[in-house]
Amino acid sequence: MIPLQQHGRYELEQRRRNSPCADLFSVLDEVADPEIPHLSIWDLGVLQDITRQAEQISVTITPTYSGCPAVAQIREDIVTCLQQAGFRQVEVEVVLAPAWSTEWLSDRARQTLHDNGIASPGERCCPQCGSTDVAVISEYGATACKALLRCRTCAEPFDYFKPL
Amino acid sequence: MESIDHPVAKYTLRLGDDALVLSQRLCEWCARAPMLEEDIAISNVGLDYLGRARMLLGFAGEHLGQTEDQLAYLRDAYEFSNLLMYELPCGDFAFTQARHYLLDEFEGLYFEQLLASEEPTLAAIAAKTTKEIRYHLRRSKEWMMRLGQGTDESSRRLQQAFDELWGYTAELFQMDQLEQQLAARDIAVDRTSLQDSWHSRVATTVQAAGISLPDADWQVVGGRQGVHTEHLGHMLSEMQFMQRAYPGLNW
Repeated sequence: MIPLQQHGRYELEQRRRNSPCADLFSVLDEVADPEIPHLSIWDLGVLQDITRQAEQISVTITPTYSGCPAVAQIREDIVTCLQQAGFRQVEVEVVLAPAWSTEWLSDRARQTLHDNGIASPGERCCPQCGSTDVAVISEYGATACKALLRCRTCAEPFDYFKPL
Repeated sequence: MESIDHPVAKYTLRLGDDALVLSQRLCEWCARAPMLEEDIAISNVGLDYLGRARMLLGFAGEHLGQTEDQLAYLRDAYEFSNLLMYELPCGDFAFTQARHYLLDEFEGLYFEQLLASEEPTLAAIAAKTTKEIRYHLRRSKEWMMRLGQGTDESSRRLQQAFDELWGYTAELFQMDQLEQQLAARDIAVDRTSLQDSWHSRVATTVQAAGISLPDADWQVVGGRQGVHTEHLGHMLSEMQFMQRAYPGLNW
């Protein structure tokens, strides 16, 4: 079976593939979401584009939720990461459109979420035992992007990354 | 970013003030909600509002020559242009959730219309906001059922909250000259056009929750003109304390 890729994600992947800044994308693979270690901002769909004019590098990111407090941290991490790689002039632009969507999560992001005990958008099943017999404890979990669910089979509570 | 004209900036500031004062109110629940999950949920919703406020105030500020922080921390109550319903004190849990529910139904309709705004930044903000409001509404509507169908006490408090809030809802649908002109330019939303849908949705929920729609024999308006309830000043004195006591203070 050919795995399906969401259209939004496909567009992002194409942008990176065709970008003259492919090396910079690779450098920024090091920058992770401050809340979920090993989940890169690229896999999360937060990193949108990178452009370069002579020495000047411009990085475009988009916030997940409007009030996501991670944005300031991510912005700082991008600058630090590129500077450590020898790029001095870096600016980070935050764009609002198109609005971030969970469709932009890569397959690797979904796997990383699962490994961290977080169910991926659209997959309302227990990351521990795989049961689909689950109940909502709260529409909002540890962060705005997650809901708190409980597995009725193994009784474990878990975070669910809500479709947005 | 291209520059926007003064009426657009004023309009953006209004929407930003709505979001800002409600986000501050929601923060007041932090560590005080009736249960841990609810505490976290309220804070998260408050964060959505704060994010919305920052986008809107930031955008308005570009034209007004002020930063989002200056707009939030250095204006006095009469300079705030939020609607009164957003600034009312939290009251009890039923009041907080009832206000939320009434506003969520309204904002769902409002920002869906704003998606088509001729002002691209407002449309972009609306696109982010509508996604978040869907989750706000799902939660607040469920609380209407739980409180309305819960105990006699929870139902009584919910009814009381609706009675106290009802006179403030009129302002949600009032257009003044500024918004009429912007609506004619397809930038702002015509609030009056939303009233029937809003009312029928609320009536359905109220019926399902087992309480009754209040009689609308009073209304309070004035927020857009800077005429506020006495509660806003008290709220600002807390919200703005640091910048007033230590002007220019940075993290």
